[in-house]
Amino acid sequence: MTISRRTFLKGVAGGGGLLLVSGIPLADARMSTELPPHAVGILYDATLCIGCKSCMANCKTQNSVPGGALYKKGMTAPPYESKGPAGDEGIWDAPQELSGKTLNIIKVYKNGTGEKKDVAVNGYSYFKQQCLHCISPACVSVCPAGAFRKDPENGSVYYLAERCIGCRYCQLACPFGVPRYEWDSAWPEVRKCQLCRHRYAEGKYAACAEFCPTGATIFGKVVDLRNEARYRLTLKPGTEYDFPIKTVDSAEKSRRPVARYADGTYGLTEAGGTQNIMLSGVSFELLGFRKKIPHFDLPSLTWAYVRKVLWVFAGVFTGGTTIYAITHRNDKEGSHD
Amino acid sequence: MIDSTKYVGPKWGGVINRFMADEYSLSNIDATRFAGQKLGGVINRLLDDTPSKDLGIKMVTPFTLVLVALIGLAAVVAVYRLIFGIGAASNLNDYWPWGLWIGFDVLGGVAMAAGAFLIAGAVYILNWKKYKCIARASILNAFFGYLLAAISITLDVGRSFVIWHPLVMWQINSIMFIVALHLVLYLTTLGTESSPMVLEKLGWQRGLKAVSRIMVGAVMFGVALSLLHQSSLGANYLIVPAKLSPIWYSHLIPYHFLVSAIMLGLSIVSFETLLTGKVFNHKPPRDVVEGLARGVMIVGSVYLVMKVWHLVTGPGVGAVLDGSFLGNLYLIEMTVGVILPLVLLSFRSVRTNLDRIFVVDILVILGVLMNRMDVGVFGVSEFAARSGGDYFPSMMETTLTMGMIAFAILGFKLCAKYLPLFPESHH
Repeated sequence: MTISRRTFLKGVAGGGGLLLVSGIPLADARMSTELPPHAVGILYDATLCIGCKSCMANCKTQNSVPGGALYKKGMTAPPYESKGPAGDEGIWDAPQELSGKTLNIIKVYKNGTGEKKDVAVNGYSYFKQQCLHCISPACVSVCPAGAFRKDPENGSVYYLAERCIGCRYCQLACPFGVPRYEWDSAWPEVRKCQLCRHRYAEGKYAACAEFCPTGATIFGKVVDLRNEARYRLTLKPGTEYDFPIKTVDSAEKSRRPVARYADGTYGLTEAGGTQNIMLSGVSFELLGFRKKIPHFDLPSLTWAYVRKVLWVFAGVFTGGTTIYAITHRNDKEGSHD
Repeated sequence: MIDSTKYVGPKWGGVINRFMADEYSLSNIDATRFAGQKLGGVINRLLDDTPSKDLGIKMVTPFTLVLVALIGLAAVVAVYRLIFGIGAASNLNDYWPWGLWIGFDVLGGVAMAAGAFLIAGAVYILNWKKYKCIARASILNAFFGYLLAAISITLDVGRSFVIWHPLVMWQINSIMFIVALHLVLYLTTLGTESSPMVLEKLGWQRGLKAVSRIMVGAVMFGVALSLLHQSSLGANYLIVPAKLSPIWYSHLIPYHFLVSAIMLGLSIVSFETLLTGKVFNHKPPRDVVEGLARGVMIVGSVYLVMKVWHLVTGPGVGAVLDGSFLGNLYLIEMTVGVILPLVLLSFRSVRTNLDRIFVVDILVILGVLMNRMDVGVFGVSEFAARSGGDYFPSMMETTLTMGMIAFAILGFKLCAKYLPLFPESHH
């Protein structure tokens, strides 16, 4: 080796310094844990749901148009059964689970005789599964190519297919198990609810809320939805209340008796808080929403690791150079290797 | 030598026999005939196996043919996967998005490569000259480990042709981004660290000089990258506290991965030194292997303490003793990979006997690879099963993984034959 130790040490020190300097922008990269200024979302009240699945059907049609979450360039037919075989025009698809073709699903909980609505024992309840639009989404933080984004204004979590490499880390990371993959495609996309963000420009909002006949799903500003949920929880079961329909600030109301709510509002603290929130007469644990969900922002777990990365480089180069200088002090220049 | 005429008749047997007799060794081909004077000359020099004649490596053996067949099958699977998609080739599903290719090829392949940065660091930075004789072999071994991981992850991602996206679309919150960046940088570093072998063979003095000038820097870069890469594979799982079984989930999982990878890396280097000693005409350097065994013992003890600490402060000892599937996996992994090796190594008669060290190495390798499968595949099974998911690798997933292993073995063998892999120093 012909390089002098001095030159080598200089080079290493310079490189290490450069690394540290280049690390300064890291400080701004941490994900926000605050609700975006104009955050919108959905309040789903299971006690109002009648299981008509209008939200599911309209979610599919409204998202199969350009800009929608189910739309794909060059798509010849929407990804759902819009037309049965000849002579059997009445057929429609009945998904059992969220999938690459289903962004939102109504399921039913049943117990014993299943007679009473919104009761855990010998009762039944509907529930809705879809993306909850976390305030600090794990899918956004884990995506290596930035294919998942959170809108800084309205907070909807959306997907940019052209960036996606298909590693499916989002599927692993999502604590709610929401993102689904197009397993049957050779050039697959990740699919999940994007809160109908393509419809805002036309003054419209989430299709599932617009087409919900009972007000079980309503759309609105997250702060308003939280207030509405909090107010409903204070109402005495059995008393009558004017439930807003379609949007939280709607003039259209539906007067109905208030059911007995089991838990508080789901989505205030789960995974650090979500923009879609839920109320139910049967505890969320029984409906399949796991109790084990962490009640803090998940990206902070990996950030604790990421912020150490540059220090490792700095440490190895400083430590390594020092050790090198010590261990090679007895070697004459050019004698090793 | 097997006489194939006994099995397939005189005609075909004769052909196979002649083929197997190494008559048509690559070094007998004159490449200048078809590749032109200049390029042909380079190829000829590269394929000249006289320097490694004393290793007695036969290229055309039944074992090699099996390896080639496995690689061929894997290539077919790879093409099928690229044409028809990940869903068609694998049994992965929405509840079990990562399977064998991530658990074994990526997590395992990278962990197996940990020997390189340790040996390179020991030789080039700590100046422990004794290990110099195994530096090239361990760096080459790591190169293949990483190549295995890189090819497998390329096939595992659903959009293989745009796998380069993270390199230009930075997303620094993502551990996977860090993993991707490190994979590429470290493969380059390993290539640089391995290049003297090729340059030496070709007699390209200027290139050799240039590489030796940056060697120490490259080694330091490699050490930093490896520390981060080994731990970041564990850090991938930091974000799934609710999905990965608490038996393995820990805030310290990056460190668990790093320390177990170091333990595995030392064992792999020792295993491979002893194995090449067994299959090639090459005497394994005793003091080196014994030194590595001491290393395994020290790092293994640290790992054991970390794992026991995690078990006691986390899920509790009961969680692994309750006879559950995951609990049993944990017990097997820890017994085979950590406890048994440490007990064996505590005997002087084991530490000083190369054959016994070989057995310990195999135990550690199996144990740590099992740990990666436990974290990468089985650890999420409770969550997946609750959501209604099930997973068992498809034939194609298994075939590809076997082909990748075959590729690494054959690649190493080829390099041993045609490159100055074992410097003369310890003969």
